Amino acid sequence: MERDVSLPAASHRPAPEAAQAAAPLSPPPALVLERLGYARAGQVIIDDVSVVLNGTARTLILGPNGAGKSVLMRLCHGLLVPTSGSLRWEPARPVRQAMVFQRPVVLRRSVLANVTYALHLAGVPRRRRRAQAFDALERVGLAGLASRAADLLSGGERQRLALARAWALAPEVLFLDEPTANLDPASTAAVERIAMAIHAAGTRIVMSTHNLGQARRLAGDIVFIDQGRVIEHVPAPRFFAAPGSMNARRYLEAELP
Amino acid sequence: MSAPMQGPVMRHLAVAVVTVVAVVAAAVAPFAPAAQAQSRSIVLASTTSTEQSGLFAHLLPRFRASTGIDVRVVAVGTGQALDLGRRGDADVVLVHDRPAEDRFLAEGHATRRLDVMYNDFILVGPSADPARTSSAGTVMEAFRRIRQAEHAFVSRGDRSGTHAAELRLWELAGIDIQQARGAWYRDTGTGMGPALNIAAAMDAYLLADRGTWIAFRNRQGLRIVLEGDARLKNRYGIMRVNPARHPHVKALEAQQFIDWLCSDAGQRVIADYRIEGEQLFFPEAAR
Amino acid sequence: MNDIGLALRQALSMLVTLDPSLVGVVLLSLQVSLGAVLIAAIAGAPLGAVLAICHFPGRRPLVVIFNALMGLPPVMVGLFVYVLLSRAGPLGPLGLLFTPRAMVIAQALLVWPIVVALSRQAVEDLWIEYAEALRSLGARWWHAVPTLLWDARHALITVLLAGFGRAIAEVGAVMIVGGNIDGVTRVMTTSIALETSKGNLAFAMALGFVLLALVVLLNALAFTIRQRTMPHGT
Repeated sequence: MERDVSLPAASHRPAPEAAQAAAPLSPPPALVLERLGYARAGQVIIDDVSVVLNGTARTLILGPNGAGKSVLMRLCHGLLVPTSGSLRWEPARPVRQAMVFQRPVVLRRSVLANVTYALHLAGVPRRRRRAQAFDALERVGLAGLASRAADLLSGGERQRLALARAWALAPEVLFLDEPTANLDPASTAAVERIAMAIHAAGTRIVMSTHNLGQARRLAGDIVFIDQGRVIEHVPAPRFFAAPGSMNARRYLEAELP
Repeated sequence: MSAPMQGPVMRHLAVAVVTVVAVVAAAVAPFAPAAQAQSRSIVLASTTSTEQSGLFAHLLPRFRASTGIDVRVVAVGTGQALDLGRRGDADVVLVHDRPAEDRFLAEGHATRRLDVMYNDFILVGPSADPARTSSAGTVMEAFRRIRQAEHAFVSRGDRSGTHAAELRLWELAGIDIQQARGAWYRDTGTGMGPALNIAAAMDAYLLADRGTWIAFRNRQGLRIVLEGDARLKNRYGIMRVNPARHPHVKALEAQQFIDWLCSDAGQRVIADYRIEGEQLFFPEAAR
Repeated sequence: MNDIGLALRQALSMLVTLDPSLVGVVLLSLQVSLGAVLIAAIAGAPLGAVLAICHFPGRRPLVVIFNALMGLPPVMVGLFVYVLLSRAGPLGPLGLLFTPRAMVIAQALLVWPIVVALSRQAVEDLWIEYAEALRSLGARWWHAVPTLLWDARHALITVLLAGFGRAIAEVGAVMIVGGNIDGVTRVMTTSIALETSKGNLAFAMALGFVLLALVVLLNALAFTIRQRTMPHGT
């Protein structure tokens, strides 16, 4: 996608020792966005966004198509560099984070090797990788397919593999960019279950979706964006009961539950 | 937990490793023995006519049997063979263009030239001989008749000994070929064999050396139209590349080869070489 | 027509009887060309991958140059290597001229741009798919290059076959730097050229058929490897 951007410094690479822990121990630093902006080819995509994401919340990003949800998540994850404003972690320290994409990318190798590869990049010593990878695969129900070629998996299995790969890193923050957009109901349910389990282990979840039912099931708080701007950031029950803005109200009415 | 690495990935890896190892082995294998043999081998730059006549295949195994020295023949035109010597890329040159050989000597790339053998050039042409060269009597007259008829004539055009001989014959015939050349004069820039192939395909005349002609298999409608003129004598001379100029020249082995070639034994081997009963080269070393 | 029939029969009998001089020539051809492809692969595929994913000043001109060099005339490469390896040239003291090594060097140079340009293309296609995921996992370019090369391995087999086809079929470069020395540097293509000059058209063509058979065999082998290591049809 962003082929013009050279590989960034891996500022968000997990510290090797920390990544070996099964789950984070203390809440991750707050992610503070201040007047964040992103423009490409003269077109403003994210406009003056100021939001604080803290604790181990489950934040759902909602908004119509083209509102800038994916770009916002990529800015937060560090895949894109803001063109204005700032983005920082408070207190400042390297944060273990991971991202799962709408179209899961699996490497052309075994299911197990997909996970050990991520552990290798995270600096986990070779002798521990296999056990940790297996652990993660068991948690998403793919242990039985560990030696299968990953590109033979179904769409749902691929997304579970992507989740296992992320989970194996024991991230403090996990970004999920419309992870169920292309999946059938059973696979969607599995992905939601896994996301909840990851959250239960102490990970902050930041997720975008088009599925309002899913948002109701998963959300702790809602960030609603439209045309690159944050319209509201409120607890989920309040958002669904009484949206504070016209845009949100219209969006809720138009979207099927 | 089972042992999942026994799966297809492991097998793929094995296939890949075996393939790579086999390829590396195949790539490296041939060069070890070649390197060993190098000390007892020399490079002989010679002409396509000698190589393609099959003489070397007859001669070199016998030399090797008596001395253990491997002679590696690089067969090119006389001009190019002398250039190989000039750059020091050959130890010995065996060529057939006296004026060019004398220049090579004068430049100091060799100190001595020896006659080894001779055969003769022949004028080859279409069986019907439309330019009536057979009755010309001399090769100069034959050349004049070809020029007169403007019948297709194939020239080597490659600075080879045969090419040099052809140019001398035009001059002797009183024809300035640079001026007289037209569509009929085909400057092909190829070796003796390819030039014969071209002449055969277009029923052209050409000057060839007898050795290549006898060994040549694709004559089609060509035949010898003129032979035996004293002007058609084709002399081969041999020179050792000057070790004073090119220090890496294998002077000893090179001299051994020249000495053997000019010895009775070597001269006999040259005289013995025949194709279909016909002798191709005639020994001529000074005794 | 008659010649072709004769050539086919001759080729068949050479293959059946395993004519020892033919076997030597065939083996040398294989060794030289496979060696060249191996060197070109080691020196070319990683460079192709780097060109695919790293963006540095001068990258675009480099890509264009490598694409253009795919059409390099073998005889020019031969001449270039000859001038380098000649006793009068800069690498003359190595004494490599008119040896199989010189032929490997020349063919490796010939195949290298093909490997670079085609593997760049293959890796770039994969990089489009992988870029975000790899960067999300914290991969730097030196991680991404081996990962992409391994994952593009099926495409790379085809790339190497293209390079091998170019190497085994060329005559201009090996003729100049090898010298077509009987038993030392004579390969299939220079034999064909030699037999053609001798007017042995049928024999030359028979050698050509043997060469063709060899290339088909190697492609079949590569195809089988591809099929067996590939999870799905493409």
